[in-house]
Amino acid sequence: MLELRIARRIGALELRVELTLDREAALIAGPNGAGKSTLLRLLLGVLRPETGRIALEGRTLFDAAAAIDLAVEERELGYLPQDYALFPHLDVMGNATFGLARLPRRERLRRAGEWLEKLGVGHLARRFPAGLSGGERQRVALARSLARNPRALLLDEPFAALDPIARRELRGSMRSWLQEWRLPALIVSHDSADAVLADRIAVMEHGQLVQQDTLEELRRAPASAFVAGFVSATPDSA
Amino acid sequence: MRLRAASAWGAAQLFASALLGLFLLLPVVALFAGSSWDDFSSGLRNPLLLPALRLSLLTTGSSLALVVGLGSLVAWRVARNPGRASRWMEAITQLPAVIPPAVAGVGLLLAFGRRGLFGGWLDRHGIALAFTTPAVILAEAFVSAPFFVQAAIAAFRRLDENLLVVARTLGASPFRTFARVGLPLAAPGLAAGAAMSWARAVGEFGATLFFAGNMTGRTQTMPLAIYTAMESDLHAAQALSLVMVLLAFALLFILRRLAPGGALPGTELPGA
Repeated sequence: MLELRIARRIGALELRVELTLDREAALIAGPNGAGKSTLLRLLLGVLRPETGRIALEGRTLFDAAAAIDLAVEERELGYLPQDYALFPHLDVMGNATFGLARLPRRERLRRAGEWLEKLGVGHLARRFPAGLSGGERQRVALARSLARNPRALLLDEPFAALDPIARRELRGSMRSWLQEWRLPALIVSHDSADAVLADRIAVMEHGQLVQQDTLEELRRAPASAFVAGFVSATPDSA
Repeated sequence: MRLRAASAWGAAQLFASALLGLFLLLPVVALFAGSSWDDFSSGLRNPLLLPALRLSLLTTGSSLALVVGLGSLVAWRVARNPGRASRWMEAITQLPAVIPPAVAGVGLLLAFGRRGLFGGWLDRHGIALAFTTPAVILAEAFVSAPFFVQAAIAAFRRLDENLLVVARTLGASPFRTFARVGLPLAAPGLAAGAAMSWARAVGEFGATLFFAGNMTGRTQTMPLAIYTAMESDLHAAQALSLVMVLLAFALLFILRRLAPGGALPGTELPGA
């Protein structure tokens, strides 16, 4: 379970978010500048909240009152940025083993190889990121994160960098993966088609969550013009 | 009308290219032109050459190691932590690029000389810096640091922030992120900056003369040897200069290999 209650002011944006996520996926939607990416940076530990608390699976990642602030590398979060951020100087296997430095070499290769296979990119192990398609990069980046057994997954616009065909295909795969892994997952997206990935949709405007509920509930009683527009553009299935 | 203006503009560019190109090439051509193979081989046998060449390689190697070692950490800090302190640090590391070398030499002497600001303390502990080989290294490090640091800051700033964040989420400590992601990705820019910095150190003359003197085998680097040779024999100076030019060409060749596009990444000249 991921629990957060944090606040942070950055320039004109006053971010104030309360969210509890069981082993489920939530879509964070909202207009540009609503603070979605800032929320991810606060969770990752790149930015520090001014007040509040973040806990994951009973472990406190951040607590302003208790002066707890775990470093990024101690938070055990899987993070997939928009461009997937594969290390260009390492091949696919080098990327997938990057997070397993503490394991003996053989174990490292075995675990990374397993995840690459699971995501259907095992045959690319010796290729470099520059030679991969967008979809392949996403799979490699996911394998790289998951090989570390993260306790939660943060996906930033996971399909924005893909062409429409790859986008539809990977969205379908991602949906079944998320159901299989049962990790708390936050998916930041401005694309309403991504709603099919999530059990719940949280809409963010001006740094606040204005409404969070299932797609049906958002449709029935949208709390704002943005919510109404967002859900009306949502197809019913992938 | 417009066509004629355009062709005049084109002609101006061609004229400027020809003029500047000639001006920059002519002295190099002159170095080769008036000299025969005999001149060159007698230059190679000049008693000043070997000690000076050895000293130049030793001191510039040391100053480069000093500048790259400290400069990489400073540049990383400045590039990754924008703020007032970083702006100050960046300005400080650029300072030597706008200080004339002779002035730098006087400054170094007033700082580290026996009666200098810091030299007095060193002297009481039995350490004399001025007019020693370490003084040559310090002078070279002083004048060449800006070239490397500026290139390194630029190279580190160009890194994709997401790569560094992802490395951290994959369990890498800040140091491992620097060593395994930052350094290798910035390597071409760092190498080009190191080469520029080294070229500046090899050519260093004024600060060395004032702070370290001109003693054969101890503080007489190649440029100072040329200066000394020039006083008695222009031919010897020319021969020594040829050796340095060939060294410079070798360096230029390496630089072009590092940056095949021609433009050198991260070598924006500091200061000016």
